Amino acid sequence: MKVMVAIKRVVDYAVKIRVKPDKSGVETKNVKMSMNPFCEIGLEEAIRIRESGLASEVVAVSIGPAQCVDTLRTGLAMGADRAIHVESMAEHLHPLNVAKLLRALVLVEKPGLLILGKQAIDDDCNQTGQMVAGLLNWPQGTFASKLVLDKEKQTATVDREVDGGIETLCLDLPAVITTDLRLNQPRYATLPNIMKAKSKPIKKVSPEELNVQIRSDFEVVQVSEPPKRKAGVILSSVDELIDKLKNEARVI
Amino acid sequence: MAMGPILRNIQLHKPWFSLHHSSASRFISTLVLAEHESGQIKSSSISSVEAAKSLSEDNTISVLLAGSGPSLQEAATHAASCHPSVSQVFVAESDKLKYPLAEAWAKLVESVQKTGGYSHIFAASGSFGKNILPRAAALLDVSPITDVTAIYGCHQFVRPIYAGNALCTVRYTGESPCMLTVRSTSFPITSGARANAAPIHQVDLSTFGEDVLDKSRYVNQSSQDTERPDLGNARIVVTGGRGLKSAENFKMIEELAEKLGAAVGATRAAVDAGFIPNELQVGQTGKIVAPELYMAFGVSGAIQHIAGMRDSKVIVAVNKDSDAPIFQVADYGLVGDLFEIIPELLEKLPEKK
Repeated sequence: MKVMVAIKRVVDYAVKIRVKPDKSGVETKNVKMSMNPFCEIGLEEAIRIRESGLASEVVAVSIGPAQCVDTLRTGLAMGADRAIHVESMAEHLHPLNVAKLLRALVLVEKPGLLILGKQAIDDDCNQTGQMVAGLLNWPQGTFASKLVLDKEKQTATVDREVDGGIETLCLDLPAVITTDLRLNQPRYATLPNIMKAKSKPIKKVSPEELNVQIRSDFEVVQVSEPPKRKAGVILSSVDELIDKLKNEARVI
Repeated sequence: MAMGPILRNIQLHKPWFSLHHSSASRFISTLVLAEHESGQIKSSSISSVEAAKSLSEDNTISVLLAGSGPSLQEAATHAASCHPSVSQVFVAESDKLKYPLAEAWAKLVESVQKTGGYSHIFAASGSFGKNILPRAAALLDVSPITDVTAIYGCHQFVRPIYAGNALCTVRYTGESPCMLTVRSTSFPITSGARANAAPIHQVDLSTFGEDVLDKSRYVNQSSQDTERPDLGNARIVVTGGRGLKSAENFKMIEELAEKLGAAVGATRAAVDAGFIPNELQVGQTGKIVAPELYMAFGVSGAIQHIAGMRDSKVIVAVNKDSDAPIFQVADYGLVGDLFEIIPELLEKLPEKK
């Protein structure tokens, strides 16, 4: 079985982002970019599945401009076998467009499992995995904190982090999984693997070749800073805190 | 916050589009995908009705409930009088909908949309809505907009990005239906229950079973503590972080919450360390809360945690590190040892009313 993992290049999670003065977006020039943490977890899971003998190959895919290749190389260094880059300069690759492109790739590559991060930490959409699953008419296991595959039954038992706790579902393969934080701890790429990754193939494909038309369903009017909180005070005792909460803030 | 030139012509709290398309407001109708539990519609779904109300004065709002058994019909009765803006309640009763599986629900939404032709479809931005709505949107070939925190007219919405460190205003230019998940904390319920109930209709599911995927099966769900106030709606939240050092110590947080009649929250670090179950995690990828009072003990204040509680009215932080980023968002801070401060609070706080 092949496992396909979609990965996204985003602003690094530790970066303190700045909104551009003209409110057209967030400043990304000269800002550190990394693989989306949830995508890293997805890739790690796929590699572990291959290492356990349940899959033969891990294919990493990324959609976007030329720099996606950097993220794919990191994925190959972590242990993916090969990569596919769908090159697109489109301003805003909305999840629906990404889902259509992934669907087209799935129909070509025919993986038994498609893994995505539950959300990208830039747009925080949390949509793409669900949309691809709908387009493919595959079952979905979103916000996965545990994944157990059964080769004989061809099923995936997924523990999902939901509002009420943990929900367990059993899905027939092929299926779409989106990863949540506690699924695993991704490995660091070792130097020998980084070197090996340089010779692993990255295939380039265009949306036209995949017969997908990139369509825009919404436009960004502006990006602004959230309202700033009034500066707080450091108090000197519990008594003072209780007094403030009771008499100033009036919340207790 | 200063508005850029783009928004000079937009008046807030009034559908901006109506300046150009006055007839369009007649065709606004919303379907709210609702959740229910123990025979009641969930408050997050009622918040979605509240949010739908702000789309347009002439919005007809229909609530859709699904499941099986008597508690479903009870929930429908509750839904029919939960909010004055509800025009009708649709009930889809089927074994295939016994559990809120995305595959069945997405097909249901597709089918109800084809019959009803709604201009908008809403769901609350919790694990149910987030799981189901995008899949349904894909079946209907539209782009959904998730985690909306403000609505300016029928097609202009605000949503947080970069863990809430930026707010993105988008204008939807796609086809109907416009599908949104909305943050309950941004749309508090302002109307009480109504006297006369809205009509309840059973959805015709005679052809439903045929093409619903049978490849996803519910196995079980972990049981939850229903005694304490729900984290999403609580007036006060007491959160513990890594500073609590152990699950045993976390009991102090629970005691304090009990004293205040508060809900318990946790940071990712605390959940990862096994101090407390995942459903109490507050943050960018956990629960978003906006209580009147948020108290954080032993919480450093990572960007991702702040994302989940930055809209709280009053924030209190207790940490022995005076440089902890949490103090930058706290209204009141105490630099000190939480193992001394919490017992002192327990002793001195008034009993909850």
